Amino acid sequence: MRYLPKSPADRAAMMQAIGIRSVDELFSPIPANVRLTRDLVIPRQMAESEIVDWFKQRAKENGEGYTSFLGAGAYSHYRPVVIDALVQRGEFLTSYTPYQAEFAQGTLQAIFEFQTMIAELTGMDLANASMYDGSTGAAEAVMMAVRVTGRHSAAIARSVHPEYREVLNTYATHQAIPQKLVSFADSGRIDLKELERAVSDDTACVLIQSPNFFGTVEDVEAIAEIAHKRGALLIVSIAEAASLGIVEPPRTADIVAMEAQSFGVPLGFGGPYCGVLATKEKFVRQMPGRLAGQTVDKNGKRGFVLTLATREQHIRREKATSNICTNQALVALMVNIFMTVYGKVGLRELAKQNLAKAAYAADQFSKHARVLFAGAPRFNEFVVETSEDPYAINSRLLGHKIVGGLPLKKFYPELGHTALWCCTELTTRSMIDTAVGLVAESERSVRSMQETAEHEVVR
Amino acid sequence: MTKHMTRKATRHISQNEGLIFEKSSPGKAAWKLPPLDVPEVDTAKLLGKQERKDLGDMPEVSEIEIIRHFTRLSTWNYAIDLGMYPLGSCTMKYNPRVNEFVARIEGLANGHPYQAEKISQGALRIIRTLSDCLLEITGMDAITLQPAAGAQGELTGLLMVRAYHQSKGNARKKILIPDSAHGTNPATAATVGYAVENLKSNERGMVDVAALAAQMNEDVAALMVTNPNTLGVFEQEIAKIAELMHAKGGLLYMDGANMNALVAKARPGDFGVDVMHLNLHKTFSTPHGGGGPGSGPVAVKKVLAPFLPTPVLITKPDGTLGFEYNCPQSVGRVRAFYGNFGMFIRALAYIFANGPDGLRQTTEDAVLNANYIRKGLEGVYDLPYSTPSMHEVVFSDRLQSKKGVKTMDLAKRLIDYGFHPYTTAFPLIVPGALMIEPTESEPKEELDLFIEAMKSIAEEVEEDPQYVLDAPHNTRISRLDETAAARKPVLRWKPEGKAV
Repeated sequence: MRYLPKSPADRAAMMQAIGIRSVDELFSPIPANVRLTRDLVIPRQMAESEIVDWFKQRAKENGEGYTSFLGAGAYSHYRPVVIDALVQRGEFLTSYTPYQAEFAQGTLQAIFEFQTMIAELTGMDLANASMYDGSTGAAEAVMMAVRVTGRHSAAIARSVHPEYREVLNTYATHQAIPQKLVSFADSGRIDLKELERAVSDDTACVLIQSPNFFGTVEDVEAIAEIAHKRGALLIVSIAEAASLGIVEPPRTADIVAMEAQSFGVPLGFGGPYCGVLATKEKFVRQMPGRLAGQTVDKNGKRGFVLTLATREQHIRREKATSNICTNQALVALMVNIFMTVYGKVGLRELAKQNLAKAAYAADQFSKHARVLFAGAPRFNEFVVETSEDPYAINSRLLGHKIVGGLPLKKFYPELGHTALWCCTELTTRSMIDTAVGLVAESERSVRSMQETAEHEVVR
Repeated sequence: MTKHMTRKATRHISQNEGLIFEKSSPGKAAWKLPPLDVPEVDTAKLLGKQERKDLGDMPEVSEIEIIRHFTRLSTWNYAIDLGMYPLGSCTMKYNPRVNEFVARIEGLANGHPYQAEKISQGALRIIRTLSDCLLEITGMDAITLQPAAGAQGELTGLLMVRAYHQSKGNARKKILIPDSAHGTNPATAATVGYAVENLKSNERGMVDVAALAAQMNEDVAALMVTNPNTLGVFEQEIAKIAELMHAKGGLLYMDGANMNALVAKARPGDFGVDVMHLNLHKTFSTPHGGGGPGSGPVAVKKVLAPFLPTPVLITKPDGTLGFEYNCPQSVGRVRAFYGNFGMFIRALAYIFANGPDGLRQTTEDAVLNANYIRKGLEGVYDLPYSTPSMHEVVFSDRLQSKKGVKTMDLAKRLIDYGFHPYTTAFPLIVPGALMIEPTESEPKEELDLFIEAMKSIAEEVEEDPQYVLDAPHNTRISRLDETAAARKPVLRWKPEGKAV
C-alpha cells in the first residue's frame, strides 16, 4: 500500500522488538467473537490514475458548462489562483490546531489577521477564528444572546435563510428557546410593526439577515432601535459577505453571524464553508469558538496564542459556551487570502460590479416579468415573479445550459411563482440577456395562451 | 547548554514577517477586475444611506507581498509533511495529495448546492458511495454525512437518541460519560438538554461494569463511550456494556475518534453500538488544515434511522439519486445544505487508494507503531495502565515531575528535537499524561528518532531540569505569556494611535 512506509523487514524487526510473533497478538484485546475475519466489502485498492478517472466521471455526471443564476447562501465569485497555491502548502494543510503556539505561529498569526479583517468589515469590535458555517453560526449567536441577556425567547425574521432557520430550530428545541417568526412587508424588508409586537421583555435577541434571503438590504438601525428599546440584542446574519464592500455594515448590531464563503471558498456543493461570529468587546467571554490573541514571549517578542480557552469544551466540559471543538481554519485561510488580495479598494469595486450586474438584470427582467420588493435597496439578488411555474421555466433553461433562479415556493408557499436570481461579477451581460430572453419568451407564450383562453370564454 | 544532540532537526534561517496591515500602503493592489459590461450604477441612488463609503483598515498590498507573507508564515508551522505529529486521539496521518487534486476537479468543486438533481448526479453518487463504504466499515445500518465536524456529529447522534426516547414517550434525563472522555462529550450532552453523570474507570482504565450496572436505570438515555478509549485501550467488556444499556432501554453511543484502531479489524455495529460518529479528518485522512474543516458523519442502527437529519439521500424509482425532505420523525437539519462535501471527496479517495487490504494493513501498522513506542519508552516514562495498547499509548510525567518537570515542559523540549508534541494532560484520569499516537504513517526510522528523543529528554531532566523547563530553545519565539493574553485580550490589530 503506497501510503505505508514500512518494508516487511521493518515490520518483522518491530515485532521482534515488541516480543510478538504476529501482529494479530496486538488485536487480542478485541474479543474474538467481534473481530472481523473477512475482507471489507468495499471497492478494491485503486491506482492513483483510476481514482482520478473515477472522480472525473462523477464531475461529468454533474453537468458541465452551465451558466448559473443561483445564490441563496452559496455564491459564485472568482477565486484568485494564489489562494489554492498558498493553502496547499503542507505547513498549512497538514498542521493541527495551534495549541503548541511556538510551533504554529504561522496559523496563529493568520487567524489574528483574519479576526482583524472580519471585525473591520462587519463593523464589530472583534471576531472569532471561524465557525462551521453561516447556519450554525447564526444558531450559536442566538444561544450566545440567551447567555448574555439571561432571557429565553427570540424573534426571528422569516427573511432569514430558511435553512439557517431550520438549523436554529434543531439547536433551539432542547435549549427551550421559544421563537417568534416575524414576516416581511411588501418592501421585502422585515415588518417593523410586527417586530415591535414580537419583542417583549423576555426577548433575548432579534435575528435578521441583511441582505436578507430575497437580496434586500434591511434598515438595520430601525430594527436595532426596536430590539434595544426592550433590552434585546440584535443579531445580523450575513450570507453574502461580498455585500460588505458596498453596503454599510450593521454597526448597531450586537452580534454579526456571517457566512464568508463568498470570499474565495469554492461552492463545493455546499461545503466546507466558513462561518464567523463577530461581536462587541463586552460580550467576548460569552462568545463560542476559538480566538487567537496577541501576547509576548519571554524575551518580549510579539507572538500569538489561542486564548480565552476557559469558554471552551476541553476546559469547561458541560459548562462550556458551546460544544464546538474545531474551527474551519483552512477555509478561513482562503477567506483571509481573498480579503488580502482585494483589500480596502478591491472589495468595494468587486461589490460595485455585483451591484451593477444585478441592477441591470433586474431591470431587464422587469420589462417582461414582475420584479418583487422594488421599494428597498438590494445587493446582488432579486426576486422575479413569472406567470409560469419557475420549475418549468428552469427545466427549459437547463436545455440552454442555464441554471435559473431558485424557485421560492418550497420555502415560501405564499410567494407562488417566484424565483430568487443572483448575479455576481462573473455573470456576463450576454448570459443575462439570454436568460431574460428565454424567460420573456415563456411569459409571452403563457400570456398568449391565457388570452386565447379568455377569448374563447368570451366567445 | 546541554550536550544532548538532536538527530532529526537543526536550526535554519526563517524569515521575519510582520502583520499584513503593517505592509499596507494606499495604491498597492493585488486585484484586477474585467471591464464592466453593463451600465455603471449610481451607488448612492441604489443604496441611499445604506451605502458604505469606507472599508476602514483593510490592507492594500501587491501579489508578491501576499505570496511572501503567507509563505513566510507557513514556514513557522510544524506539519505532518515535515515529520511525525504524535498527538494522541488526533490521528495525524498522511494527507494524500490525490485527495486535494480530485476535490478540485472542475464540476465537483464548482457545483452549487441548489442546482437541479438532474445535474447533480455525480455529487450524489459520491455521497452514496462514501455512505456505503462507511456503513460497511462500521457495521451500521444508516448514515448521515451532514454534520460539519466530530462535535457536531456527537450533537446529531444525541439529538437522535433523544428523539428515539421521545418517540417511546420518555426522553429520559441523563447521559453517562466515562471520566476518560473527550470534553466535547459532556459539552454536547448539555447542548441537547441532558444532565451529565460521570462514570468512573476501573483500575485497568476501562469502563467499570459494576459501576455501570449500579448507575444504569430508566433515567439514562445513553452511555457515550470512546472505543478504544482515550487510554488507547479496547473496552473488552463492550458486549456486556451494550447488554446492560439495552436491558434498561438505554442506547450505546460510540465516539469514533479512535476508529483508526479498528477499521477492517472490528466493527462497532457488531459489538452492540447503536449510534456513532466518525471523524473523516482523523481516520479517513482529510487534512486538519490548522484546525478544520472537519466532517463528522453519524452512523446508526435501524431503530434510529427514522430520526436522521433532513434531507436523506434516496434512490428514486427511475434509478437516479435525490434528496428526500419529508422525514416526519427527523431531528431536523444540523447544517445548511448537505455537509462538508469537499471532505467526502477526500475521504472516498482515501478509501479507494486503500481498498480492503490497504485499510487492514493501515490499522495493523497504526497499532504496531504505538506498541513499538510503548516498548521503547517503557521504564523511561511511567506507564500508569499496563493494559494492552491499541493505536495510542498514554504515559505519565510521574518520574520527571519529581524534578519539577511536567508533561507540558517535556512537550516543549520535544519541539527542539524536531517533533510536534504528543497530547498533554489528557485524558484527565492520568495526572500529567503524555498521550502518544504515531498513526500508520511513520516509518521505523522516524519512530526510532522519536524514541531516542524522548529518552534523551528524560536524561536531560535528570541532569539539568531547568534547561527542559526553559524549552523550547530553538523556535522563533520562546514560551508565550498565555496568562497575559487571557487577562487583557488583544484579539485584533489596530493602527498605532487608534484606541483598542
